[in-house]
Amino acid sequence: MKKPQDILTAPHEELEAIQLEGIKKTVIKCYENVPFYHKLYDEAGFDPYAIESLDDLAKAPFTTKQDLRDNYPFKMFAVPQEDVREIHMSSGTTGIATVGGYTEHDLDIWGDCFARGVWYADGGPKDVMHVCYGYGLFTGGLGAHYGGVKAGCTTIPMSAGNTERQIRVLREMGSTILCCTPSYAMYLADTAIAMGLDPKKDFHLRVGIHGAEAFSDNFRAELEKKLGYKVLDVYGLTETMGPGVAIECMEQNGLHLAEDHFYAEIIDPKTGEVLPEGEWGELVLTTIDREATPVVRYRTRDITRIIPGECACGRTHRRIDRLHGRTDDMLIIRGVNVFPSQIEDVMKTFPQVSSWYQIELTRRNHLDVVTLKVEPNPDFDFDEVRAIEQLQRDISDRLKSALSVGLRVRIVEPKSIPRSEGKAVRVIDSRGDDQ
Amino acid sequence: MIKQVTVFLENTKGRLAALTRALADANVNMEALTIAETSDYGLVRIICDKPVEAVAALDGAGFRAITTEVIAVVVPNRPGGLADLLEKLDALDLNIEYGYCFSAKAGEAVDVLKVSDPTRAVKAIEDAGFELAK
Repeated sequence: MKKPQDILTAPHEELEAIQLEGIKKTVIKCYENVPFYHKLYDEAGFDPYAIESLDDLAKAPFTTKQDLRDNYPFKMFAVPQEDVREIHMSSGTTGIATVGGYTEHDLDIWGDCFARGVWYADGGPKDVMHVCYGYGLFTGGLGAHYGGVKAGCTTIPMSAGNTERQIRVLREMGSTILCCTPSYAMYLADTAIAMGLDPKKDFHLRVGIHGAEAFSDNFRAELEKKLGYKVLDVYGLTETMGPGVAIECMEQNGLHLAEDHFYAEIIDPKTGEVLPEGEWGELVLTTIDREATPVVRYRTRDITRIIPGECACGRTHRRIDRLHGRTDDMLIIRGVNVFPSQIEDVMKTFPQVSSWYQIELTRRNHLDVVTLKVEPNPDFDFDEVRAIEQLQRDISDRLKSALSVGLRVRIVEPKSIPRSEGKAVRVIDSRGDDQ
Repeated sequence: MIKQVTVFLENTKGRLAALTRALADANVNMEALTIAETSDYGLVRIICDKPVEAVAALDGAGFRAITTEVIAVVVPNRPGGLADLLEKLDALDLNIEYGYCFSAKAGEAVDVLKVSDPTRAVKAIEDAGFELAK
């Protein structure tokens, strides 16, 4: 009998045929039903009826987040309202929110895409999935939920918050799969440990499917050590669906794209040229069978690459590498490009400080000033001012050689950096306040 | 050698008051409190009757506190009392990381010192006829 997992090992030519067929339909549907695309293609002289190969897609103009904002709330919808079953919205922290719509079919493929994370972990009806992404307009909660249900897991819709109750449920309901942001997983682990528990023994987790924010390999290793499970990175964005666009398998060596639902290109973010396989650049996504809000060549601003070659797990869907930051949360400090993940990697080489950090950007006399706030660990002997200054200097020196830019390091009181129950606020940029 | 409590404190409003209240709630009585301050943070050093309980209470209240072994010496409360003591240590090439002084009784003061080589320092101080506070 055919199983939904069969597509994961289909020959790649078969996937390409699905992609070409789907892209042709998507582009025409966008042109005929979404005024934005009609105008865009007419003005660019792009013929939506002339796509003959996957390479032809590169002739189509890009879609940006700004385009989606400009068409808020429903002008990007390609189906009538009566076919839309659900709405989600991006957080909108950097401007007007962007809206995603889902038909019944769209919800079904969403569940299917996220369920792959469970299947990669050989999971299914024997698993209990604890979902503490926020439920609501944010795609994390319901996306993971639909995935859990689709894979046959007993799915617990915890949503975010009330950490002590989360810990009680993790202990008492025997959850085996944890879905939340990586920073919240760390917060759960640390809180449980502070309550005198050993999450490795007192919880029953075997897999965590964590996404919505970037995390380093070191951060992953620390999570796995504390919770005694395996962490799989999940990627997605409201503009194309939500979490599940790509998920890691147990090899933890790149995230398998759901290539039967999304077509990925990597471009040079400056020139817009498509880059050869294996090169780092900006991920551009086209939905293949999305009905309500299809997008063609959507610029994600996420920096990754297609990993060349086949995965040891035997699945044929190509992998994207773990994100190397975003083009828009990349920090430009005195002209130097800095990714927060680079800072985190340096910090983790210092056992005296914990993994919580915050970067503050200010401007003094028109010069960028970067302050990295870190919290001391309990075993750090800070009795002398000299010891604190020395540690600050050592961290700062190592950052300087890793990033080629000077940062001021400040040790701050434990627990003074806010813990997030959603996305961690790692960077506070108040450079615009400079006079 | 006695146990001093050291607390890492950010320079924010009300933090020191909260610290002393946390100690009061734990029924800790302080003999001395001194602050080494920088522009961003301060190190609060406390001599009290129950240092271990004090650290536990501060930890519970969200502070980062540790105990540190320091030397407490009784010196006569007169001009030159401290100079006599420090010259003995200087003669042995012992570095003083920090020090502070508080008066316990009318006729004598107690000096608290963090010294680079405490074992040698204690011996030198005792050989010189000074009394160590317990």
